[in-house]
Formats: sequence, C-alpha cells, structure tokens
Amino acid sequence: MAITAPNHIDAYKVALEDIDMSDPSLFQRNEAAAYFERLRKECPVHFSKGSDCGPFWSITKFDDIIRIDKNHKLFSADSSHGGHLLGYEMWFKSDPDLQLPMIIAMDPPRHDTQRKAISPVVAAPNLSKMETGIRDSAIEILNSLPDNEPFNWVERVSIELTTRTLAVLFDFPFDEQKKLTRWSDVAMSIPGDGITQSWESRKAEMMEMKRCFEDMWATRKTNTRGYDLVSMLATTLADDAMSPAEYMGNVVLLIVGGNDTTRNSLTGSVLALSQFPDENQKLRENPDLIPNFVSEAIRWQTPVAHMKRTALEDTEIRGRQIRKGDKVVMWYVSGNRDEDMFERPFELIVDRPRARNHLSFGFGLHRCVGNRLGELQLRIVWEEILKRFKTVEVVGEPVRVFSNVTMGYSNLPVKVTRY
Amino acid sequence: MVKITYIEFDGTKHTVDASPGDTLMSAAVSNSVPGIDGDCGGNCACATCHLFVDGELAGLVKEEEQDMLEIADGIRDNSRLGCQITIDESMDGLVVNLPMGQH
Repeated sequence: MAITAPNHIDAYKVALEDIDMSDPSLFQRNEAAAYFERLRKECPVHFSKGSDCGPFWSITKFDDIIRIDKNHKLFSADSSHGGHLLGYEMWFKSDPDLQLPMIIAMDPPRHDTQRKAISPVVAAPNLSKMETGIRDSAIEILNSLPDNEPFNWVERVSIELTTRTLAVLFDFPFDEQKKLTRWSDVAMSIPGDGITQSWESRKAEMMEMKRCFEDMWATRKTNTRGYDLVSMLATTLADDAMSPAEYMGNVVLLIVGGNDTTRNSLTGSVLALSQFPDENQKLRENPDLIPNFVSEAIRWQTPVAHMKRTALEDTEIRGRQIRKGDKVVMWYVSGNRDEDMFERPFELIVDRPRARNHLSFGFGLHRCVGNRLGELQLRIVWEEILKRFKTVEVVGEPVRVFSNVTMGYSNLPVKVTRY
Repeated sequence: MVKITYIEFDGTKHTVDASPGDTLMSAAVSNSVPGIDGDCGGNCACATCHLFVDGELAGLVKEEEQDMLEIADGIRDNSRLGCQITIDESMDGLVVNLPMGQH
C-alpha cells in the first residue's frame, strides 16, 4: 500500500479557493502535505487571497517550480518588488532600521558581485579546511550523550553541531556562539511563535546583533589572512560593491541559512530512519550509502518549505494568467513529493537513484550557496553515529515549529545505545 | 560509441563510452565519474556539472549557461556546463578537466 500524506486530514472538505497555504499552523500540525497533494492533483497553479500575506499563487509541481526558479528575468526575488518570502514586507520592510538587503532578495547585477564575494567561504577548498573541526565537534557532541536515556536530539545534537560550525564560519568567540543561534532564530521569528514575544523585543535583539557585526567589520577590515566570512568580506570588497547595510544583510543571511536548515535536516534524518526501519537496516549494513542517504534525508525534510517571487511581466503558467506584480510561491516542500518526479515520494529510500535531484536547495542563480557545507555536516555526523551507536531510537512525538517556511522541530525525544 | 576522458582535479583519469545524444554531464553521472554532479538533472539550473574543455567547445556558451556559470567556483575562459554539451561522433577522444569541487 503506497504511503501518502501523513496525518491524513480531510483536505477535500474545504473549498479549493479557501485553501491558504500561508497558514503556519498547517505545517505545525503536519497537515500541509495533505493539502499539497490535493493541489498537485486538482489545481497545480492555485490562487489564494491569502490572509496576513496578501494574495499569492501556489506552485506545487516539481517541473513548474524548477522552471520558475531558473527564470530570474521574469520572476524576481528583489526586495524592491517584495523579496523572497511570504510575509517579507512584514518582516523586513515595515521598519527602516531593519531593512537588510541580502543576496537572496537581490536580482543581478548587484546579486552576482556579492554572491561571488560570499561563495568562497563555503566552496570546496574552504570546506576541506573545515572538515576536521566539524568531525571533532561531532565526536565530542555524540560522546557526551547519555546511554539508554531519553534526551532532546534537537538541543543536544542538531543545534549544538550547527552552532559550532557557524561559529567557525564567522570566527566567533566560542563562549558566545549561542548568540548566533539565538539571532538566527529571532531573524526568522514571527512574534508569538515561542521565540520572540513582540515586534519591539524582536527588533531590540536584531539591533544588538547589528552592533556586534558592525564591530567585527571595523576590527577585521585589515585582516587579510582571515578565512572567516567577516574578514573575507571586509578586506576583499571595495566599498561600492557592498554597503554597510548589505554587509549586515548578507551576514544575517548566512547565519540563518546555515542554522535552522542544517539543524532541521539533521533532526529530520533521525526521524525519517525511525519511520522506515528497513531503510535504517540498509544504511547500517552499507555505510557507503551515507552520502546518498544525506541527499534523500534533505529531500524528505525539505528544510525550507518555499521561496517567493514577483512576476515582472504578465505571463502564463499551465494556462493560468499571472499578472505583472503577482506573487508566485514555489513550494519546494510540495515539489519534493511530486509523484510525477519521485517514485513513492513520502518514503525515505536511502539508495534512491538520483537522490540529489531534489528541490530543497532551490535552483537557478539563488541556489543555496551553503549546500555542500550542509551536506558535509550531515555526512560527518552519520559516519560518527554509525561507528558508535548501536541504536538511535525516537521515543516520543516530534514537536514541529510554527512557520510556513521553516520546516523543523523544537523537540525530538531520542534514546541511543552504544556498542 | 564515443570515448570521453574526464580528468579529476587530482589527475585521476576516467574514460567512458558515451552515445551520441548523451551530454557530457549525463555520460559522467551514468558512469559514476567522481567530481561531476548534475543536481538539476540537466536543466542548466545548478552549475554542478562545471568542467573545463579546450578548443571550439569553450566558446559556445549561450546566455542561459553563462548566467549559471557565474555561480560556479573558479571559472575560467574554458569553463562550460556539461549538461549543455551534447555528445556527437566528432567528440570521440575528447578530454575534459574537472574542478576541485562542485558547489
């Protein structure tokens, strides 16, 4: 029997036009997948009046998503048109102090120059320098876990590891590294979601982060031997290629981009194996499958559920008329379950062929610049897990986050046993 | 059969038998040549099939391909995306070099 959308609620009860996938609670209750399954079948280019986010089109099929992602000339990510996320206006544009231009929300030509400045810090030569440090962190973290006693995998492993890697990327002081995680969570927070309580308190923390990174810029301007992101940006760019505001924005982008995404993929990889024990067995019998499993886990989890674009001209998708200025949302989390692209899409298959062909990193000019760093961390953690833990068992229900973009967990109760 | 040789960054050579109609990316991926990925399945959308090739093939880059090459690392004058080069009989014996890593 084919596995379909989990938590199968009756997604056919509501009228098509009333479906609003911008509702973060759908994702927290793990109900979104059932709605996306219906949309892919009945209305793959779906118009929603939206609520807080305003009207938008939902694109739910793999082929349509990749076509839009590639077409940066027609579908813009630029902040001047509305940026890259549902609710972008709410997060970034409402407050002039928080206007943070970042490459994810820029079009060429400015996008290209700045991406080229950031890219080396997460390119192959730098990654190979980071590998030993990541492995040392993974070993220390895994060795510290209690034996045969439940703990929260999210806090003890996923957050711990990704925080340390981020601290290396920024050459951030070890004893203050938790600030990076906190600021990243705050940047992505909608007040009332459990991370921040009000727009005022959220802003206060963002301003503290701003001050910290402005100080680092000032101190590292002449640090030509630093391979951390701040030094690379501070020393290699002429002033007119990156303004102080753009520097801040790109710093925030890299903290966020490198934080909850890898965290949630790591947690998701544990949850997925627990739901598919035959696949767990397959992986343990053949650790050479780890790299393929990592790609498959990233597909299964889809840590970034969507990216938004704004149409720059009138156009048409599958016969639906899109007007200039319309918001178009690419639902990666749906495209990664498209049965026309992936066989048995709801299942984790550790040796799935072409497992790298998933949407989780996006495609086109804005494709995740840190994708190899994310994969590297997951591969290393699983190599070390398989060496030392006989079992990794999920012993309670996962708690999902309240968001229509961050697909993740705040709690996953796990027990491990050692050889 | 068209023989294509891929040389990894560390000098390791892989010679594969490709068919006309394959691309330099699909021939590498289906023969498990390390160092070339093709994450978008040949859609000119990921730049993970970046390679270096000499001769007239180096000059045939269209705008769509050039846009994506901009996000690859270490691009040179002879950079191409493997998925945009369709193999034909005239390429028998072609040698391509691979970058240190795909991004």
